[in-house]
Amino acid sequence: MYPQNPSSKPPAQPSPSARRPTQPTRRQLLATSAALGSGLLMPQRAAAADLPEDLMAAIKAFTEGAPLREGRVTFEIASLIDNGNAVPIVVGVASPMTATDHVTAISVFNERNPQREVVNAQFGPRSGRAELATRIRLATSQKLVAVARMNDGTFWSKTVEVIVTLAACIEGDA
Amino acid sequence: MARTLINMPSSAKRGDVIEICTLIAHPMETGWRPGSDGKLLPRNLIRRLSCTFDDGTSKSLVFSAEMFPAVAANPYFAFHMAAVASGTLSLTWEGDNGFAQTETAVFTVT
Repeated sequence: MYPQNPSSKPPAQPSPSARRPTQPTRRQLLATSAALGSGLLMPQRAAAADLPEDLMAAIKAFTEGAPLREGRVTFEIASLIDNGNAVPIVVGVASPMTATDHVTAISVFNERNPQREVVNAQFGPRSGRAELATRIRLATSQKLVAVARMNDGTFWSKTVEVIVTLAACIEGDA
Repeated sequence: MARTLINMPSSAKRGDVIEICTLIAHPMETGWRPGSDGKLLPRNLIRRLSCTFDDGTSKSLVFSAEMFPAVAANPYFAFHMAAVASGTLSLTWEGDNGFAQTETAVFTVT
């Protein structure tokens, strides 16, 4: 018949939390990683004020000492980058591009590549829209600054902060 | 000659703004990267892309870009042009070691 001896019963399955009390459960892990991920993927806003000196020097060479104001420029880039070898960026400026009000140049700078300048674009009288799309290399997680020069001599900027998981030019950058 | 791709409409209505996408095959060697022998590979970059439009009477600049080592290999650029007149679009890439290449595309305003 049925075994009466309690020692012959299979051992009771411990509950997941009782099994490894010091380790988080799968459910807790998922919840924390989701919270962390959403925090990382939030659009990163950074002020131009806390930029390193060499980056400010490169920007100053472009602005020729004119004051830099935040705004008018849009900078589209993924905030979490898998591969830094070819990162698509789109930089645009809200401008009607008429003879009296247009963008003459857009320049992009980086914080931690070997060289601060990335690309410097000029827009001619036939350019109907102040927008530039290209692909760039990123050596590591860093800030990027786009600066636009208007025909009235004012400079506008936008700073973004990105996280790079696989870096470009990692072998050469000791 | 490096392979290039130029993607743009061949015609557009007057007053429209068209997008021009360009790509050129080029390694864009930065000069900071060691080769298989451990020595740095010599820098070999495209330094400049310029796009001008010739409507038969005058040439005018549409877009130009100065490139630095941070531009990815096979440089891709997309920019816009206002459809004002029919004519020929000319794209010129210039770089290290005397690299120079010009491609043209015919554009018609309807």
